Amino acid sequence: MTAHKESPSQTAGPYVHIGCTPSVAGLSGMYGGKDPGRTMVHPSLAASKIALTFRVYDGDGEPLKDAMLEIWQAGPDGSFNQTDGFENWGRGATDAETGLATFETVKPGGLPDAAPHVLVWIVARGINLGLTTRVYFADEAEQNAKDPIYRLAKDRATTLLARPVEAGYHHDIYLQGELETVFFDV
Amino acid sequence: MTDQRIAPRDLDWHPPALTPRYRSSILRSPKHKPLSYAPTATELSGPTFGHDSIGPLDDDLIQNYARSGGLAIGPRIIVHGKLMDENGRGLPGKLIEVWQANAGGRYRHKKDGYLAPLDENFGGCGRCISGEDGSYSFRTIQPGPYPWPNGGNDWRPAHIHFSVFGDGFAQRLITQMYFEGDPHIALCPIVQTIPSKAAINTLVARLDMDATIPMDIRAYRFDIVLRGSSATVFENQMEGR
Repeated sequence: MTAHKESPSQTAGPYVHIGCTPSVAGLSGMYGGKDPGRTMVHPSLAASKIALTFRVYDGDGEPLKDAMLEIWQAGPDGSFNQTDGFENWGRGATDAETGLATFETVKPGGLPDAAPHVLVWIVARGINLGLTTRVYFADEAEQNAKDPIYRLAKDRATTLLARPVEAGYHHDIYLQGELETVFFDV
Repeated sequence: MTDQRIAPRDLDWHPPALTPRYRSSILRSPKHKPLSYAPTATELSGPTFGHDSIGPLDDDLIQNYARSGGLAIGPRIIVHGKLMDENGRGLPGKLIEVWQANAGGRYRHKKDGYLAPLDENFGGCGRCISGEDGSYSFRTIQPGPYPWPNGGNDWRPAHIHFSVFGDGFAQRLITQMYFEGDPHIALCPIVQTIPSKAAINTLVARLDMDATIPMDIRAYRFDIVLRGSSATVFENQMEGR
């Protein structure tokens, strides 16, 4: 038996940016002007940099323009060991005009029992408990097919696939509807 | 690391995704049940933040946005407590971020247009790193309640938003802290997304006279519990073998 219960979640609300990405809220001078999690790739690793972009759609098909996303991923070697020039954690807001969230990162490596993947956590007004999903890469079909968690999603697994685009990869996340993204309770 | 595990999350203790009285949840709630799997290295690991990663005034919202010599307006309070896991074990070295409205109930955010004025000396965000025993502390001003568009006459109780990291990303949590005795707690559709009174009570900070500094600042105590306890789960699994 545990002595305490986990603190219950509450929505991050529409003003999550004040606390998590102050410059997005207009508090440009907070924390030395550096939003936490903004920089994942340092200059020494710049050659490997890709853009991983997201949009998150509500049940009306409208992109969320007030969400905050965090990603957590392995480095190029597939592990969470320290990689010089790389931070495994990133945080960003969906753009207030376009709904696009952009992370400059590197593509994670795979391991024998895990295809390359990125953990994504989404909070926003109207989301009572942060939503967790994973991104896999559409051009890694062979590895994806062997990944136990990708396989767990069965016929909905394609909702986890980011597609290659010029600057890297883009992924659309659907909170509802026919294309509803697979979310995980882990 | 040895055989690190994490207890499953009790989803019945948390608000469900769809809570129609909180209108924004209607179009933002997934319909499918989330799929469960045993956490892997990805979920059991998470970012770490050193004490040197934050500035000296980051935990003092009374001063961290104030002009030189200025102070934020409002009842001065300390918010403090312990960050722990479900076994009560303190979680040291974890990043805790907070944000809140000012004493009039107005946020310093492009999208907040409430009548109450901004306070030029108050930004509304702060952060700290938990100490050796999981303890944490902020100085701030008590935020005000405010009305919000939810289709009726809805007012948020005074509250402070908390964003908390644990050892593993699976413990990541955002929640809100309320103040003992606030009549809006029982009326608020966002608070009431939480299914049980017992769970709601854990988000209500208590006046802590022992930590109050005479003639200076009152204190509220708020403990935060993150899911998990590798030890307990491990024992349970041993029994099951």
